[in-house]
Amino acid sequence: MSAVTETTYTPETSVGRITNFVDERVGGSGILREFGRKVFPDHWSFMFGEVALYSFVILLLSGTFLTFFFDPSMAETHYNGSFVPLKGVEMSVAYNSSLNISFDIRGGLFMRQVHHWAALLFVASVSVHMLRVFFTGAFRKPREMNWVVGGVLVILSMAAGFTGYSLPDDLLSGNGLRIIDGVIKSIPIIGTYISFFLFGGEFPGTHIIGRLFTLHILLIPAVILLMIAIHLFMVVVHKHTQYPGPGRNDHNVVGYPLGPVYAAKAGGFFFIVFGVVAFMAAAFTINPIWNYGPYDPSPVSAGTQPDWYIGWVDGALRLMPGWLFGFPLEWHIPFPWGVNTLTLNVLLPALVPAGIVFTVLFTYPWLERWITRDNREHHVLDRPRNAPTRTAIGMAGFVFYCVLWAAASSDLIATHFFVSLNDVTYWLRGLFFLGPILAFIATKRIALALQRKDREIALHGRETGRIVRLPHGEFIEVHAQLDDYKRYKLVGFESPEPMPGIPNSKGIVTKSEKRRAALSRFFFEDRVAPATPAELEAGHGHAEHEAIDPANHDAKSISH
Amino acid sequence: MKALSQKRRHPLAALVLLLMGLMLTGGVYAVATTLNQAKADTTTYSANDIKEGNKLFIANCATCHGMGASGSASGPSLVGVGAAAVDFQVGTGRMPMQMQGPQAQRKPVQFDATQTKQLAAYVASLGAGPSVPDASLVDGKGNAANGGELFRVNCAMCHNAAAAGGALTRGKFAPALAGVSGQHIYEAMVTGPQNMPVFNDANITPNGKRDIITFLKTIEADGSPGGNDLGALGPVSEGLFVWIAGLGVIIAFTIWLTSRSS
Amino acid sequence: MGDHGDGHSEQGAVAKAGQSVAEKFQDPGIPPHRPRLADKDPRAAKRAERQVAILFGISVLGTLLFFWAYFGVRLDQTVATLRLQNLLLGLGTGFAMLGIGTGIVHWAKALMPDHEVSEERHEIRSEADRVAAVKIVDEILDETGIKRRPLIRNTLIGAVALAPLPAIAMFRDLGPLPANALSHTMWKEGTRLVHDPTGTPIKASDVTIGSAFHVIPDGLNEMTEGKLEAKAKAVVLLMRLNPELLHPSAGREDWSHDGIVAYSKICTHVGCPVALYEQQTHHLLCPCHQSTFDLTQECKVIFGPANRPLPQLPIKIDSEGYLVAQSDFHEPVGPSFWERS
Repeated sequence: MSAVTETTYTPETSVGRITNFVDERVGGSGILREFGRKVFPDHWSFMFGEVALYSFVILLLSGTFLTFFFDPSMAETHYNGSFVPLKGVEMSVAYNSSLNISFDIRGGLFMRQVHHWAALLFVASVSVHMLRVFFTGAFRKPREMNWVVGGVLVILSMAAGFTGYSLPDDLLSGNGLRIIDGVIKSIPIIGTYISFFLFGGEFPGTHIIGRLFTLHILLIPAVILLMIAIHLFMVVVHKHTQYPGPGRNDHNVVGYPLGPVYAAKAGGFFFIVFGVVAFMAAAFTINPIWNYGPYDPSPVSAGTQPDWYIGWVDGALRLMPGWLFGFPLEWHIPFPWGVNTLTLNVLLPALVPAGIVFTVLFTYPWLERWITRDNREHHVLDRPRNAPTRTAIGMAGFVFYCVLWAAASSDLIATHFFVSLNDVTYWLRGLFFLGPILAFIATKRIALALQRKDREIALHGRETGRIVRLPHGEFIEVHAQLDDYKRYKLVGFESPEPMPGIPNSKGIVTKSEKRRAALSRFFFEDRVAPATPAELEAGHGHAEHEAIDPANHDAKSISH
Repeated sequence: MKALSQKRRHPLAALVLLLMGLMLTGGVYAVATTLNQAKADTTTYSANDIKEGNKLFIANCATCHGMGASGSASGPSLVGVGAAAVDFQVGTGRMPMQMQGPQAQRKPVQFDATQTKQLAAYVASLGAGPSVPDASLVDGKGNAANGGELFRVNCAMCHNAAAAGGALTRGKFAPALAGVSGQHIYEAMVTGPQNMPVFNDANITPNGKRDIITFLKTIEADGSPGGNDLGALGPVSEGLFVWIAGLGVIIAFTIWLTSRSS
Repeated sequence: MGDHGDGHSEQGAVAKAGQSVAEKFQDPGIPPHRPRLADKDPRAAKRAERQVAILFGISVLGTLLFFWAYFGVRLDQTVATLRLQNLLLGLGTGFAMLGIGTGIVHWAKALMPDHEVSEERHEIRSEADRVAAVKIVDEILDETGIKRRPLIRNTLIGAVALAPLPAIAMFRDLGPLPANALSHTMWKEGTRLVHDPTGTPIKASDVTIGSAFHVIPDGLNEMTEGKLEAKAKAVVLLMRLNPELLHPSAGREDWSHDGIVAYSKICTHVGCPVALYEQQTHHLLCPCHQSTFDLTQECKVIFGPANRPLPQLPIKIDSEGYLVAQSDFHEPVGPSFWERS
């Protein structure tokens, strides 16, 4: 077994020699052979994952710079920097060093703003990426586990954001921490202990900034990196999904090769994202900590809100009433050892909406797989309109989130639209329940309508706007037929039917199978089938048919 | 000294002493009881001012505030609100009120400076109240850092830490303070217009008020070092911006990037 | 939507017909490649080349702008120069980055080949691999003998389950146990109410009707240890209203002084300072979650997520006319917690 053979290859250039030296030791040629021409499909909506990845790289770069100057200590000091309106004010060392980064280190303010804008963009692009994956059905087999990894990344990105938001120890973030402390204290039995352990005693203590700093710069980014590695590894294993279209199916992947086109575009896109973030940081203030002043438990600013990604939880806290029709939501429960307090008006809004969203998020691929009994691999995406029920569920969830999100800015909605703060809250409480239902119904109808429109166009072509008068006096509009490629895009999808309950081996339709069948009906009852060649043929059978009202020859299929 | 000791024995000395004593106690009493008055009335109103003010009042204000400013169902009594209240309410256009609502809105000023002064003179003549502050208190040349601290403790919860304004209950709001003159800010503090609490001189000293005005004028003049402040509304406007402008620009780039070249 | 309802059964029928495989449209395959301008016209290619080079040139200028802004703009401790430098640093970086990015992308789009290619997907897991892997795992398990030797297996499970517990226990010293720290504040009988942040005491006569004073206990400013923790519980809002508007409940009649009342500023919801006092409606509003408390009803919650009224601090005046506390709060201040009774 002599595995090592003497190589006869001798490179001519010095670059070649260095490359060969490395290659002989790590086997780079094999990797390049495997990936150098790997095909990636191209679509603008596939870029959000990259935006997230690049924002994260920008966060690591700018964050490292900031750690060189930031001091996470809560010891007291007096400000003596350049910013006049805070001169001599008592503050923590952490806040002092954040001010020094902003005012006395050249480019420090720019780096802070790059870091914070990139953070907001990071969570936003992670979220949009997740929405894209959901609405196109990219989470289906074999990608369910990667969907879960993505869900974990959403939570981690929120955690990274929140721990960073709190670090400057300014008035805004301090009040944010105080709210977190209040929420933690509402947890039954262990809440008070968690609060004391987290803050190292009573709020605010002198430990929390240092502890959040360790989480923010070490633990959370390390776990995010690990999750990104798993996420991308699975992308390589699965290869990328692609939109339906001519030449694309579940067994191939159509697009541009990694080298050179895709690598150039993806690499160039990093610089574009960085450039956009840099422009935002150049011209737009973010987190003006000098406005808020040092943390002090007594003051508070109007418009005290968290960053946008925590907003929905804050919104839930705002919407929940303390009393429900005269019924208190704080319970004082007499136990044999004494009275204990259960604070449902804090506990429920803090846990329930987030619980619903993340439970549905993490289980949805399995739920849909169970309902549809679909165990095939899917590499071709669904256009959202072609999966009306899933799209409607997604929109219901999105509206649910947005209502909570809006609730977190109820005071600003009130002042900027000149309405009463209380009315905004009442309306949003109503929308909390009605919004998702209305969104579900509306989305489903819109999706079905779009499917019908696709069918129309596939069978009869596009309206050209050209009106022609026929010899016998009739006016018609000329329709332009699609070519085969464009038509295939409109007809090349599956439209599953409801699947009735299937008896098991003993010939019994079990209760869970009945439930599944009911859900299958819910999913697929309303459907528009893709157009067929026969229908197209039938259409062509009519005389200069394109012009004729589709209802005449297609009454059986189109909503008449 | 000799002259003084001679005068001490003057028959009228006792009377003068008595008068001085009375004035002193009266003065101390006045200071103790009318803490709202920042300073003794530095603006001197002539009898003519008061007369003209009365005419203006009857023509423009008495419908709601009643004859003699004694109040009615649609407007409070103005006896004892002082010249500062009039100067603030009329000088910022809040009065005369356009319509009844949760609170009077700022709008274009209806009276010129002389008329405002005459109205103030008339109302001030009805009863003692805070007067228009001395120019030295509203010059914006105090200590901005101290003003900032006072502002955060006493004002930021309603007006926002960067004075961008905020919501109150049932349609009321605390307005943004950019563009408001130092004099009006001072008057608002001493008179407590609408639902704003009164900050008398025992609560925030005249110098403290001057510092607050200095702070507000400093941050207004300096602007934000980071560029456009997006309304200084905090994380909500930042989030909105990143979703609409940030992601919008990036989506435009992704569409360009994935489109075919012509 | 009405017409949709009518079409229900009809659509089903059509759909079934559409589902049969033979009735499906045939995939026409990848559309033929459409050449770009740069593919056909060498001048267009040359133009694209120049454009890419210009974009890279813009990047170089951006980098130079950054250096000029970093070394050239003199910071003189004013906000204006800082804003200028921040703007120029950002523009420099932005152009440097966007120049490279758009240049590369334009290069790729206009000049690199744009033929779409199709690649076969491979099985994620082949059956042969699965069989081989199962065999290997079986052999490994067999060689370890873990199935034959349950004693080893069970003791290992026990050991591994216990081993992480010390790590959890080590977090015990993150903080002290709560004890009754949340049940009391630094207010006690005779503590003067003083201004926040100056620390000057307040006379009852200072508090005119319509006033709101932000108050801390006397001695807080002089604390060196635990000052913020004490302040976080002890801050109080002091207001005066017409005594007739107060409706004290039994036992609270003497907690106020001539219409002057003091309430904890810490919201009973999640702890924000409830500091927005509307002097005409006598409502207190929390800016964080909009809980609204009615001062005339002993700070009962009239709107929002809070459940409990704000705790009242009983006050009186001392011999010199200064406002002092009668005692500590009679209940814990701030948000509820499990041990609160």
